[in-house]
Amino acid sequence: MANTQAMCTSFKVDLLNAVHAFNGTGVPAHTASTADTFKAALYLASATVNASTTAYSSTNEVSGTGYTAGGVTVTFGTAPSSTSTTAFITPSASITFSAVTLSTAFDAVLIYNSTQSNKAVSVHTFGSQTVTAGTFTLTMPTNDSSTGLIRLA
Amino acid sequence: MIVTTTKGEMDDSLLEKREGSDETDNETISFTEYWLDGEMVHRSVHVVLKRNVFSEGITQMIG
Repeated sequence: MANTQAMCTSFKVDLLNAVHAFNGTGVPAHTASTADTFKAALYLASATVNASTTAYSSTNEVSGTGYTAGGVTVTFGTAPSSTSTTAFITPSASITFSAVTLSTAFDAVLIYNSTQSNKAVSVHTFGSQTVTAGTFTLTMPTNDSSTGLIRLA
Repeated sequence: MIVTTTKGEMDDSLLEKREGSDETDNETISFTEYWLDGEMVHRSVHVVLKRNVFSEGITQMIG
């Protein structure tokens, strides 16, 4: 088993169907001009989350003191934007898991839409880690067309 | 400075601090550990996501 970072294929289809709303502006598929809630869940290095992942699952999600199944809310404080032909959006704050003990190695985070049936958005991998009575922080890249976390070109 | 550990909150003067970092094309990772009598009692990790792999891995063509 291995995790592979990818934009989930189902998410690309969902985009074409206007399923997701990172911001409340210009979302005709939604009845209210409110952004969906997105969350980030951590997965064990032994998990298999990748482009084929369609939704959040607790299978092989990390567990431990201070960690709540389903993970934490991701803040998208800036509306999606574009430069030239590339659209992009990046969480506007770091993703932080505070006061946790995660003893089994993990190496992936799944971002998913908890408002829309926990549909998967993207998987991001990193070097395998453990945390002991500490904090795990994921700091985002710059939100632009070159480095934005989620980009469609 | 007070540090949260597996033994409860402790003053860092009582602990051995170990720090490290690793950088790949994908991310920069830094960690801080505190040890007490040969036992790791605290480990925090900070991952900074980078552009390279995400640019290639996340940017997708539709169609």
